[in-house]
Amino acid sequence: MASTDTTPAQDAGSVEAGLDALETRTTGRPTLRQTLVNKILPPVIALAVVLAVWTLLYPIVDDPSKLPSPAAVGSTFKEAWLQGDLLGYIWTSVSRGLLGFFFALLIGTPLGLIVARVKFVRAAIGPILSGLQSLPSVAWVPPAVIWLGLNNSMMYAVILLGAVPSIANGLVSGVDQVPPLFLRAGRTMGATGVKGIWHVTLPAALPGYVAGLKQGWAFSWRSLMAAEIIAQFPDLGVGLGQLLENGRTNSDMAMVFEAILLILFVGIAIDLLIFSPLERWVLRSRGLLVKG
Amino acid sequence: MATTTTLAQADESVEYAARLEHVSKSFAGPGGQQLVLDDVSIDVAPGEFVTLLGASGCGKSTLLNLVAGLDRPSTGDIITDGRPALMFQEHALFPWLTAGKNIELALKLRGVPKPDRRTKAEELLELVRLKGAYGKRVHELSGGMRQRVALARALAQESNLLLMDEPFAALDAITRDVLHDEITRIWAETGVSVLFVTHNVREAVRLAQRVILLSSRPGRIAREWTVDIPQPRRIEDAPVAELAREITEELRGEIRRHGQH
Repeated sequence: MASTDTTPAQDAGSVEAGLDALETRTTGRPTLRQTLVNKILPPVIALAVVLAVWTLLYPIVDDPSKLPSPAAVGSTFKEAWLQGDLLGYIWTSVSRGLLGFFFALLIGTPLGLIVARVKFVRAAIGPILSGLQSLPSVAWVPPAVIWLGLNNSMMYAVILLGAVPSIANGLVSGVDQVPPLFLRAGRTMGATGVKGIWHVTLPAALPGYVAGLKQGWAFSWRSLMAAEIIAQFPDLGVGLGQLLENGRTNSDMAMVFEAILLILFVGIAIDLLIFSPLERWVLRSRGLLVKG
Repeated sequence: MATTTTLAQADESVEYAARLEHVSKSFAGPGGQQLVLDDVSIDVAPGEFVTLLGASGCGKSTLLNLVAGLDRPSTGDIITDGRPALMFQEHALFPWLTAGKNIELALKLRGVPKPDRRTKAEELLELVRLKGAYGKRVHELSGGMRQRVALARALAQESNLLLMDEPFAALDAITRDVLHDEITRIWAETGVSVLFVTHNVREAVRLAQRVILLSSRPGRIAREWTVDIPQPRRIEDAPVAELAREITEELRGEIRRHGQH
């Protein structure tokens, strides 16, 4: 062998260093330009196409009570902004939605953990919990109104019933998908019982849990809109759902469009600002995101 | 001679790192109880390097699970001095932690106080020649580097016995070769006892002081060889190849028996 003047250990070390250098991949972050071209440009183009189609369609339909012009919807926005109502509508709904989601988080997390870990509880309520996900949460509005009356607690109840199953189920599937190898490795290191849950099961289940949170938010928002559209009462204040319903009762199609666009915008914005970054961070730190 | 490494930290009162006495294990399977291990008795001396060799179905992994305390034998006794460390074929590193934090978790679970963990983890990384990999994520490391971090994490348990379940089977030949040198060096440096499971005969001869051949279905001790070829060995050395050939013949005989009925 070539290693006549080196010790075998040095020889192995240098071969090893070479292998390490050859096999290590360096993953760089995308540049600003790449982000612009790959991430920002496509949705902007899509939006422009939608606006163009809308503008073309407007004279063809020729009935502002069915299809308002983009300009009419724009001026509705402007008016609401100038009167100082726009942020009020948004805040009424968003504050309800986020607070409700927060309660759902507090209930859904321990519930999911218990369902995932306790066999009896799982057999008892596991199927109901996943069944509840397919129940449209608007179905809860009538009973919630009857039980709790027309007030904010009724709104929160509907949000909880919509979001808790998603959050709990996300955690359950996250725990189920923890590779058994991790649990074995943890046990040989002494991570058993509560230590095992804290150091191995929970961090390993995090991707499933975050996916559940993301879905939980979508369900919270949808449930809340259903509740706001159906439950009209002056004391409740005007949220986005009420705005939509007001537009309908006044036959003001521009206001209906305004409300729909705001509901869509808020749902997307919260997802983009909170849940997507959270999910990307979790996946990227584990090397589960192929292309950043 | 490198093969008879004296022990730095072995306890004089313990004359074995692991003792298996008439260990049998059966699992419930289709058509009743299935015997996987049949009356296996093995002593691993402190600081000894033993490889367990066998074809599929010899219950190698079952045996390691029993020694690791992840499962209990149906009959017989297993005595180890504390909880053995276990290394798997897959690295089993936690992807939500960096290389260094993986090692620190093992230290933490062993009760090492927080201020000492970082230094200790860096020392262990240096031992496996991965100085500077402390902050690396698992997915940023190559297969060979991951197994070395896994080795460092196993060593962090400071167990007297290191169990290795085909830890190099998934690596390419060159990387495996280098890791053979590494495990030999680290074994000599730390004085840890190793029980190493493999189906690779040359690997078994390259590494071990003693090779134990298990028969298949059920796993029984078929034969045992003492390897007195001096370290450092290479896998392509003539004495290694010669003994490997002898053992392979025996192993083939064992496998052949299963095709005859």
